[in-house]
Amino acid sequence: MTAISSRPVLLRRTEKVETTAFRRGAIGIVIFAAVWEFATRLNGWVGIRVPLVAQLPPPSAVVVDFLKLAGSPGYWNSWSLSFQRVLAGFALALIIGGTVGLLMATRPWFKRMAFPVFECLRPIPPLAWVPIAIIFWPTQELSITFVTFLGALFPVVLNTVGGAEEIDRRHVLAAQSMGASRSYIFRRVVFPALLPSLVTGAAVGMGITWEVVVAAELISGGGRQSGDGGLGFLVWNAYEGNNLPRVVVAMISLGIAGYLSSGLVRALGNRLMPWRRVAS
Amino acid sequence: MTGGNLILDAVGKEYRTAGAPVAAVQDFTLDVGAGELHVIVGPSGCGKSTLLGAVAGFTDITSGRIDLDEQLLCGPGRPTAGIGPDRVVVFQDSTLFPWLTVADNVGYGLVAQRRLSRRDAAGIARGRLQEVGLGDIAHSYPGELSSGVQRRVEILRALVMEPAVLLLDEPFRGMDAISRSAMHDALLQIYDKFAVTVLFITHDIEEAVYLGSRVTVMTTRPGRVKTTIDIDLDRPRDRGIITAPHFRELVGEVSDAVRDEARRAFDVGEREMVR
Repeated sequence: MTAISSRPVLLRRTEKVETTAFRRGAIGIVIFAAVWEFATRLNGWVGIRVPLVAQLPPPSAVVVDFLKLAGSPGYWNSWSLSFQRVLAGFALALIIGGTVGLLMATRPWFKRMAFPVFECLRPIPPLAWVPIAIIFWPTQELSITFVTFLGALFPVVLNTVGGAEEIDRRHVLAAQSMGASRSYIFRRVVFPALLPSLVTGAAVGMGITWEVVVAAELISGGGRQSGDGGLGFLVWNAYEGNNLPRVVVAMISLGIAGYLSSGLVRALGNRLMPWRRVAS
Repeated sequence: MTGGNLILDAVGKEYRTAGAPVAAVQDFTLDVGAGELHVIVGPSGCGKSTLLGAVAGFTDITSGRIDLDEQLLCGPGRPTAGIGPDRVVVFQDSTLFPWLTVADNVGYGLVAQRRLSRRDAAGIARGRLQEVGLGDIAHSYPGELSSGVQRRVEILRALVMEPAVLLLDEPFRGMDAISRSAMHDALLQIYDKFAVTVLFITHDIEEAVYLGSRVTVMTTRPGRVKTTIDIDLDRPRDRGIITAPHFRELVGEVSDAVRDEARRAFDVGEREMVR
């Protein structure tokens, strides 16, 4: 092959890397499930109790329960409820946290004023906010969203401030010397320079929102009729009903939901930052 | 492009320090003709970059004046020239925007000044890139390019603005010798095409003679004009001339002037002053 079509060759290579990665990932999951199944069954077969794992239901039992659960709309409703809470809190955190972070980065007086308050609020675990959140907001839904929002807010603000401080001054100088206005520099230099940190903050924030929403759902007790109180509530509800396979189904659902949402953030980040794709 | 006559008249710059003020540049007078490629060489810390910064509008001057095409840039009552697109700087390290494609980078100034839409600017940029043999990389991102190509794109980005003066602050510093000589030819190719006034700062003597229409040697701090040497070599120039006796003569003349200044600077042990 001649060297003229260097680009397609490159593309094909990435594709190949991706399919290999996918295959490896799938193999990893299969091995994990197989080891787990084997470990839980050892007791029944030869009487060896593998510490900790022996108390778990085997994955096959989990799958059976999942199939049972997949037929009920309540389960899917839990998915959608948790996702709604996470996304609402996350979106609010992005908008408000991004703005606050930018203000802090560009207005030193504001940063000096706001930073001590911010640093005092930051270490408070989102869950400690639950009582206040319940008093604050008229509905349970709003309270949960508020707590989720708080979870994501701090990483978003911190990363925005950090990113803004790392902006290369020479880029700003270069833009100025080419006659760019302040607002143009903001849109076409500051903002894109910030994006990587913003996406990092968003990815971290997204992870935290899931942690928080689950705990918030545990505490609030789901609220509505049982079975559709969100995935976090599902964990707790199944535990109280002594249904261990269902606990595991709910846990895995949470894991997948979290994986999906951080994947979404990453994909969106890549979309917004095509230059990072080629650089890495 | 007409215009680009840059006149520095008795320019001085003092830095205020804890003790007595330090003069970085003193009584510096220079007349750079329109379309000239003028090179300033001098030992480290002689105030070359300070001068360039003053023309660009990054630093103020404390005495004298600088005029561009009979318009006062800075001088009495106006210590700092405004930063403007008529005097574009290309720095030592790449300041291409990593988030823009090469074409968008080159067209940046045209869009920033609302002269053109993004699409039209990118179109012009592509045309300019093609003229200098870089048409293939219009859609690449800077991160994908070698540092030499980045330099060329950056110079092109500055020139697309049609500045009166292009300011180059040791643009090829830190490049290996082979890329460097390729860059010299690339710069000369661009220069011949755009016919713009260039103020070029370096401490590489051969580079100065190869590129320059005239070479000004600066003294050790405080930086003044030690001598200005006419480089009467025909353009377009090519690599062949560097072994020609006359070229060697000119290099010798410049290095003689630089040498005792360099030795003095070395003895004093001064470090390059931060702009």
